[in-house]
Amino acid sequence: MSSLRTVLRNNLKQYMILFALLAIIVAFQLMTKGMLLRPMNVSNLIFQNAYVVILAVGMLMCILTGGNIDLSVGSVVALVGACAGTFIIAWGWNSHLSILLCLIIGIVIGAWQGFWIAYARIPAFIVTLSGMLVFRGLTLIVLRGLTLAPFPSAFLAYSTGYIPDLIPGANLFGLRNSTSLLIGILIAVIYCISQIRSWFSRRKKDYEVENPVLLALKLAISSAAIVWLFYTLGAYRGVPMVLITVGIILLAYSYFTSHTVMGRHLYALGGNEKAARLSGVKTRKLLFLAYVNMSFLAAVAGIVFAARLNSASPQAGQSFELDAIAACFIGGASAYGGIGTVGGTLIGAMTMGILNNGMSIMGISSNVQQVVKGLVLLGAVAFDVLSKQRIQLDFIPFLGRRAAKHQESAKLEG
Amino acid sequence: MAKKLLEMRSITKEFPGVKALDNVNITVEEGEIHAVVGENGAGKSTLMNVLSGVHPFGTYTGDIYFDEQLCRFHDIKDSERLGIVIIHQELALIPYLSIGENMFLGNERKRRGRIDWNQTFQQAEEYLRLVGLDENPRTLIKDISLAKQQLVEIAKALAKDVRLLILDEPTSSLNEGDSRKILDLLLSLRKERGITSILISHKLNEIAYCADRITVLRDGSTVETLDNRAGEVSEARIIRGMVGREMTERYPTRPNTIRDEVALEVRNWTAYHEIYTERKVVDNVSFKLHKGEVVGIYGLMGSGRSELALSIFGRAYGTKISGTVIKDGQTLELYSVPEAISAGLTYVTEDRKDSGLILGSSIMHNITLPRMDFVAPRGRIDRDLERRTANEYRDALDIKAPSVEQHVGNLSGGNQQKVLLAKWIYSQPDVLLLDEPTRGVDVGAKYEIYQIINDLAQQGKAILFISSELPEILGMCDRIYVMNAGRIIAEFVQSEATQEGIMECIMQQSKGEIGA
Repeated sequence: MSSLRTVLRNNLKQYMILFALLAIIVAFQLMTKGMLLRPMNVSNLIFQNAYVVILAVGMLMCILTGGNIDLSVGSVVALVGACAGTFIIAWGWNSHLSILLCLIIGIVIGAWQGFWIAYARIPAFIVTLSGMLVFRGLTLIVLRGLTLAPFPSAFLAYSTGYIPDLIPGANLFGLRNSTSLLIGILIAVIYCISQIRSWFSRRKKDYEVENPVLLALKLAISSAAIVWLFYTLGAYRGVPMVLITVGIILLAYSYFTSHTVMGRHLYALGGNEKAARLSGVKTRKLLFLAYVNMSFLAAVAGIVFAARLNSASPQAGQSFELDAIAACFIGGASAYGGIGTVGGTLIGAMTMGILNNGMSIMGISSNVQQVVKGLVLLGAVAFDVLSKQRIQLDFIPFLGRRAAKHQESAKLEG
Repeated sequence: MAKKLLEMRSITKEFPGVKALDNVNITVEEGEIHAVVGENGAGKSTLMNVLSGVHPFGTYTGDIYFDEQLCRFHDIKDSERLGIVIIHQELALIPYLSIGENMFLGNERKRRGRIDWNQTFQQAEEYLRLVGLDENPRTLIKDISLAKQQLVEIAKALAKDVRLLILDEPTSSLNEGDSRKILDLLLSLRKERGITSILISHKLNEIAYCADRITVLRDGSTVETLDNRAGEVSEARIIRGMVGREMTERYPTRPNTIRDEVALEVRNWTAYHEIYTERKVVDNVSFKLHKGEVVGIYGLMGSGRSELALSIFGRAYGTKISGTVIKDGQTLELYSVPEAISAGLTYVTEDRKDSGLILGSSIMHNITLPRMDFVAPRGRIDRDLERRTANEYRDALDIKAPSVEQHVGNLSGGNQQKVLLAKWIYSQPDVLLLDEPTRGVDVGAKYEIYQIINDLAQQGKAILFISSELPEILGMCDRIYVMNAGRIIAEFVQSEATQEGIMECIMQQSKGEIGA
């Protein structure tokens, strides 16, 4: 059985960013005199950051393939919003069908970029830089430079709506929306049961299991956090619909990266492309799919964002790609590929979101905010790189050679 | 006694948690070739890094005297100023710069602040002549062979007015002919220009050939310094110093494991270069592997050995490939690596860092990569099963690591090589194409790898053993094919094969080509 210390040591990095996030939350909670975690603001935080989380998850898949990024996502967000606006507002099409069509457009865009990157072997940076210009331009053409508004409520429901209170008037603990609390409790219970069941089944099969006290502690803390979140949401207007979308995406991609063969192949591709290819990984197809997926998620984010603005604007999504990239790197993804988790990316996105929101509440000017965010990004990555420079440098061609030599001697003689 | 050029006294160097060098003493006399030998991890590279200033003064204890002056090197520039130049195993040349530009990199020929290109190339030509390399100094590094690049490195050192030349494994990726050329160059540089060198090598026959004195390191300490000026030190004597025991058997014995069934037959296999598609790299090759047989392919660098194996392995290399592969009596049509793996073939690469392992990933993840389906019933990775499987292979191949969660990049060369083998044995192959399976590992680990190969043969696996070390081929293989310029030019059975016979075979072929 592993002790608390070894668990902490092995997952130090994951915990470090988590602790950093908690520290930021506590600091802003104090500096904003409790405004940060008020029910209305928590709800706001979710709406403000949903699209960043969705984009960051897609970006992580690209980064994992070998540090490739996608600069076009902001423009894709705008183009998809523009298409949705045109279909629904200008042409009066059915909202649901239009959303489906928008997602297909996202996939087609991804296939276009993925083809050039994976099969024509043009660097992702260049292909997506081109995409950034092309899709922004197409947005302006589609919208003729105008903003379309407003969307019908059927379109908005997916993203800006709340799960309605099923038992109105229950007012459990004085909550406006008691259903929210019940959902939270349900999720926590399902989570605990599944963890405990897997613990017992592993022990039965004689596999190594974690310390039961530690497990209990982990479950207690997680459950408390889940119940608190849904309680807080219940105190305002309930569970935002978009939280469901984001939740499903997070769960699905977290499972994909950690438990599927293709997910593991993604890490292998980023870790050493040649070795992966000689081990039977279909490297080109994987790279292609990573970009198809990125644009698909950008389309999802585009719909969410258009609904939040309640308009299709030609300026939508400016510099979203940078937020998504920053979230991945703050969350511990390696700029050389092969390292990074969905959980870390979520924490990275939340860190950025809370910095934005907290500083805005405090009335700090947006100019200063940018400086702070920039420094946080650099600081987080610098800390990461410096703390394990020896492994990292190995992956930089030539520059790494001397360092690798350095490292090799250290380890060979060790 | 000749003048002492270099003396390192009681050098101790610690890395977090380990003592890499423990009170090492070494004296190098002016005008000698001094070999430093030891197993991987004995401290050779660290010692040279201390000497050249890679580990700066203050990070180690002990004294360095050069020309009887106490030296405190803070970086490589400091040591180079005194004429100490180190040539690393992985060459530090820039592929897309010319020979001349590389030669004076960091040491540019300048006039009034501008680079004087005429002087650069003129001097480059002189230094090239000195090392016996007939190339235009404007040729790009990427266009010349590895052996020639090694010569450029030496010329580059000469351009720095070198007095003490340190070569770290200069011949590790060269074949015997090219290696001999490098060694002869060292001998002539010593004779004609009085250049002293320190030679680090795993190839003991080379050391016995050219070293005047040999310092043996073991576990971070100097064991002894042998005098080889009379040429009387035997390889066995050096090995005894290195491993602390007599290694009577360098190759473990294998009972006759050859079965009658043919496991793999390749007929009329031809493949062309991937970029220069009109160049044939494998030319009408046919061979057979029986079950339980270890078959060697010996050939010089660039003879098409790796290309042959790779092109059979699901066409992982080459274009316009033609020919037939028959496994267990059935013709295989393999167009991708996954197909080759599921057909029971594996290719174990010659360069584990470049194309074999994911260094930043765990032992466990490396091992299970080729056949994730074994640990992912119904498409879901069973991490517990994966860990258990990885542990089995770690124990079976005796990979020295506290846990399979350990990153492969933190292991020693020998253990990395064992992870590479573990990964491919795990994939349950019937035929293993092993490309230089013992490159860059020390004597002890080599022996273990030979044992693993013998075990595989005993299980009835067919093994193609590609190597550029003749003694290893002769010691390990039941049959030997000799390859040259993409063709198989001879076949020997073990009992008839001799080092001289095989070399002669290649020399005659090569001569014929040069003459033509």
